[in-house]
Amino acid sequence: MLRRVVVTGMGGLTALGHDWTNIEANLRARRSGVRRMSEWDAYPDLNSRLAAPCAPFNLPEHYNRRATRSMGRVALLSTRATELALEDAGLLKHPVLTSGRTGIAYGACAGSAEPVITFGRMVTSGNLQGVTSNTYVQMMSHTGAVNISLFFGITGRIIPATSACTSGSQAVGFAYETIKYGKQTVMIAGGAEELSLGPTAVFDTLFATSTRNDAPHTTPRPFDRDRDGLVVGEGAATLILEELEHARTRGARIYAEVIGFGTNSDGSHITQPEADTMARVMQLALEDCELPPAAIGYVNAHGTATARGDIAESLATNRVLGKRMPISSLKSYFGHTLGACGSLEAWLSIAMMRDNWFAPTLNLDNLDPACAELDYLTGEGRSFEAEYIMSNNFAFGGINTSLIFRRWDGLMPA
Amino acid sequence: MPTVDVFQTLKTTLVEQFELDPAKITPEARLQEDLDLDSIDAVDMIIRLQEITGRKVSPEDFREVRTVGDVQRVIEKLLAARAAPA
Repeated sequence: MLRRVVVTGMGGLTALGHDWTNIEANLRARRSGVRRMSEWDAYPDLNSRLAAPCAPFNLPEHYNRRATRSMGRVALLSTRATELALEDAGLLKHPVLTSGRTGIAYGACAGSAEPVITFGRMVTSGNLQGVTSNTYVQMMSHTGAVNISLFFGITGRIIPATSACTSGSQAVGFAYETIKYGKQTVMIAGGAEELSLGPTAVFDTLFATSTRNDAPHTTPRPFDRDRDGLVVGEGAATLILEELEHARTRGARIYAEVIGFGTNSDGSHITQPEADTMARVMQLALEDCELPPAAIGYVNAHGTATARGDIAESLATNRVLGKRMPISSLKSYFGHTLGACGSLEAWLSIAMMRDNWFAPTLNLDNLDPACAELDYLTGEGRSFEAEYIMSNNFAFGGINTSLIFRRWDGLMPA
Repeated sequence: MPTVDVFQTLKTTLVEQFELDPAKITPEARLQEDLDLDSIDAVDMIIRLQEITGRKVSPEDFREVRTVGDVQRVIEKLLAARAAPA
């Protein structure tokens, strides 16, 4: 028997704030989280000096040494974002968390950078200086998922959704399937990424980063004719997914229903996107919930502002959803938050759906003629109601995801 | 470095790095269509050339490169810049 899955909590840490009220104010004010990283001037080989770091945040006292000794920054972001989401869901200290009926699906592109340096030094110098009991745990790619489990006493299944830019969205999708097929009652789902030189250097080497270093707020420029690459961002976002009857029984507030998930891979090139398989993943999500394409009211794009990615995505979206589909990319505000983007963009898309207002793509002044026709939201964004929204993400290695959420008003279903 | 040496160095590099047939490497040869080098190969080639010349290839230079001749011109430009008085 298939279960229905709803979102009962959402939270995160971002460049534009750590709660929807503040984030929305910044989105409406068209405020970008991108800034010049003068710290990176020490690396003359780096072309791009831009990033969108997470805004400062305070930690409650219970984040003491013992509680955080196995956490590097990415694990810390994952844990605190999850705590905000659990609090939002009214599940903090709830017995279901430690009962074995709650699981975790979480990921990031990588573990923390500092322990990688320690390990590298060990391999090249032969001395183990700096290697501690926690070095590996901080460095391992599923450090976020494991630390969430330890911090909250979660004993259910852990799905390490570590797939680069689709970590957060695969986490939400796999968490949805876990509850749908009756394997868990509650799932903590999301992704995170800490800011470090590594990811920027990776994209920089591929000539895929924006180098508008003296005009940070003009970049990235998804779908724009004059885009020049992506900007790396930092943050974490968690959705609490819950089996519908369990949510109703405890009187939980329901934000949306998760009704569709598709994921596939290009099977062709390690970095170059494929419009055909990107289109297919959107179809898979629609088939999962038996919806016609016309039912979708808004698409939240992956929209990284790379030359090829934006074109492929727009072609795929146009082919499946038609040229009148409203679409925008939040990466124009937050940069590319890598492991976090899938869950961050899902969170904010659901929040926008509930507010009946959808943010524009910043810096989209002149549409690239090579991008397919779509209803690209610009200017002040647009106020309208949507019953169903779709959120898409596409990663290195050709991994693609598509999520579909249904509006939920009040505690009773439509 | 005289022009003919740049081409020879480039040719040797391409043959070694990508297991290409030396006969196919002419100034007119298109990297993608004729030599079957994709975007990742292009990046790896640029990295190797940066190591050899000791100079950095800018994103703008990279985007214009289509043929072996284009690569040669970029290298020559970089080497000339390095040789020029400060």
